[in-house]
Amino acid sequence: MFNKIHDNIFRALNSDFLYSFKHSPVAIVSFIVALTLVLGAVLAPFYAPHNPFDPATLNLMNGFSAPMKPNEFTGETFLLGTDDQGRDVFSTILYGMRISLFVGFAAVTFAMVLGVSLGLIAGYVGGWLDALIMRIADVQLTFPGILVAMLIFGIAKGFTPIDQRDQMAIWVLIIAIGLSEWVQFARVVRGATLVEKNKEYVQAARLNGRRSGGILIGHILPNVLGSVLVIATISLALAIIAEATLSFLGVGAPPTKPSLGTLIRIGQGYLFSGEWWILLFPAVTLLALALSVNLLGDWLRDALNPKLK
Amino acid sequence: MRLKTLTRIALASTIVLSMGIGMANAQTLNWARAGDSITLDPHAQNEGPTTALQHQISEALIVRDMTGKAVPALATEWGPSESDPNVWSFKLREGVKFHDGAEFDSEDVVFSFNRAMSEESNFKELLASVKEVRANGKYGFEIVTDGPNPLMASNLTNLFIMDKDWAEANGATKVQDVEGGEDTFASRNANGTGPYILVSREPDAKTVLRINENYWGIDEFPMEIKEIVYTPIQNQATRVAALLSGDVDFIQDVPVQDLARVGETDGLKVITAPQNRVIFFGMNQGDADLETDNVDGKNPFADLRVRQAVNMAINREAIKKIVMRDQSVPAGMISPPFVNGWTAELDAVPENNVEKAQGLMNDAGYGDGFSIRLNCPNDRYINDEAICQAAVGMLAKIGINVQLEALPKAQHFPLIGGLKTDFYMLGWGVPTYDSEYIFNFLVHTKGEKYGSWNGVRFSDPELDMKIQGLASETDLDKRNQTIADIWAVVQKEQLYIPIHHQVLNWGMSDKVDTIVSPEDTPMFKYFKLGS
Repeated sequence: MFNKIHDNIFRALNSDFLYSFKHSPVAIVSFIVALTLVLGAVLAPFYAPHNPFDPATLNLMNGFSAPMKPNEFTGETFLLGTDDQGRDVFSTILYGMRISLFVGFAAVTFAMVLGVSLGLIAGYVGGWLDALIMRIADVQLTFPGILVAMLIFGIAKGFTPIDQRDQMAIWVLIIAIGLSEWVQFARVVRGATLVEKNKEYVQAARLNGRRSGGILIGHILPNVLGSVLVIATISLALAIIAEATLSFLGVGAPPTKPSLGTLIRIGQGYLFSGEWWILLFPAVTLLALALSVNLLGDWLRDALNPKLK
Repeated sequence: MRLKTLTRIALASTIVLSMGIGMANAQTLNWARAGDSITLDPHAQNEGPTTALQHQISEALIVRDMTGKAVPALATEWGPSESDPNVWSFKLREGVKFHDGAEFDSEDVVFSFNRAMSEESNFKELLASVKEVRANGKYGFEIVTDGPNPLMASNLTNLFIMDKDWAEANGATKVQDVEGGEDTFASRNANGTGPYILVSREPDAKTVLRINENYWGIDEFPMEIKEIVYTPIQNQATRVAALLSGDVDFIQDVPVQDLARVGETDGLKVITAPQNRVIFFGMNQGDADLETDNVDGKNPFADLRVRQAVNMAINREAIKKIVMRDQSVPAGMISPPFVNGWTAELDAVPENNVEKAQGLMNDAGYGDGFSIRLNCPNDRYINDEAICQAAVGMLAKIGINVQLEALPKAQHFPLIGGLKTDFYMLGWGVPTYDSEYIFNFLVHTKGEKYGSWNGVRFSDPELDMKIQGLASETDLDKRNQTIADIWAVVQKEQLYIPIHHQVLNWGMSDKVDTIVSPEDTPMFKYFKLGS
């Protein structure tokens, strides 16, 4: 038993994959940055100085404190300063990043499940169903993703009951961003499926009498998963940016539960007056998060598919 | 044929373009503020930026100049009739023409007043005491009131006069229903007698006005601005950047955090004056149950103790210090200090005491709090959304869990007028400088003639009678006593939660020469342009 685990670890450590990782400084640095940010966000409730999402704990008099300088009214000191409502910027970034990451992961998962299923079906079944799905995808591709997300967000907001809008806002964001990104998955998976479905192993499985569903999930899916993984990583960066953009425009996360985009929107109003920290720290965090995930995605693409290099 | 048309279009656009370049000279004023006018229909929306734009295009019988003084416009003389105290007579200005060339006479005035008194009008409260309006010859006009109304004249400064024939020819005799989302010819076009003519308008994007060379007062006023380009810029930083870079010459709302920056910039200046405007929250206390709360079968705001607790939970000093950076005066009543009926005692800043407020909540049976939606504009008042956010934090301390919905004013105000919000922010200026205006719009039961901005659903028939009586009370001492009595009820019942009086900060290029109007209404015909 122990030997088997040991064997597996040994094999993993010696794989091409890991070799490629160990020899790519970009991948290592971005992996460390991304991991730090994700862990920092996930563990925020255990170490953040305060919970900025609980309005009862805010003291307006702390507003606009500069980083590391005691506030002139309350005497309190904040590591990265406070915003216009007296929220500690450090804590707000951590909590805001939780929203950004949660929305990002959930939206990509949603887009992935939807896009992969539709892509598999379209590629395998073909015919009018393929045409229908792919034409919908084409039409959607003619609109910028952020526009589609805003449209979906606006419609969904109209349908949610008034007293649940705040709680629903996050889920609506996830659906809106997810629906605006499924196309990439569907197109790639359909293309791969078209190639795979005529290969000998699929024909062998078919001759063995396996059902279409079984062939799709058991044989074709594992073989297209590599490219899905690459798109998923890049989509994650895009989804994080999309969420920030929507919140920056004021249609995303509610103002009392600021995400990174909301913080940047707030900070932007104080650029001329010298309160730079409200904008700078959230913006740098967003940049680091999106960039590191994106670079990881790039590396993953190269590692999994050397032909593309 | 087709080619010819195309050539013509190309030629025409070249000419228009070169004209456009030619006009962008020193006599053009680029004007920006946070929000746009909601409609061009002169009687559809009684709201600051809407009337501010209309004042350039159309005129009332009497207007307020930049100092706030009532001066003649389309009327040259007025006063109560000597024979009958119930009649006000006006001598109209002769030889005035509308922008389309039609002549102005008493017919237009009668038409406009009847239009402004119709049920859809947003100005009907100003004329609630009017029984009849009639022409007296071509340049005479009379208002018959229900009992003598000594203060009639001050009610007329925002009542714009339209051309009757133009309105009839374009199907604009009925006032546009803004709350119902109606769009009419008059909401997009305008034909007034004012100093500037509407050239083009794209709502929320750009409105262009040019000088009216046939204006009756062209020699009387400076009229140095030949063209006005009005661009609403909601984002604070963008608005300031536009001023700093010289893209606009004049902004009406310099964000409080940028006052120093703008003032210290070469070629720019900030001028400041207290504004005739108070900011407050309204709570639906009239309905049996609220749609936007989480309490079933009851309305927490119907309980006076809850309203008092809200009032006590708001820390006005902190809002002034942090959100407004000292650019506000904390308020205890919903009347600006300019207004007859205002007293320092009534306006004393309410106590901020969270423990006492929590006690009141406990007494009212809401010790565990409740949740409610707060509607807030985000492009109307100075830092409106930030004030609402601060209030969310302060109310959370007494267990009220507030969901904030901040919307542009074009969507926010119809919620109040259409009774679709239970908790909202509103600001109120008083162009008549008398409390009656506040009572008519905000305190009187909402109905056909009164109460169109009474979003708190307060209704007291006895108080309504007192309010209606104000218009015809000639004994000023007695009238002031009634006003004080009504204020006592408004304060005791905590109808509204006053926040503060606004301070105006106009930012402009050094070449613009003007003073700040307490109404926040720039009358561009008074503006001078240096070199």
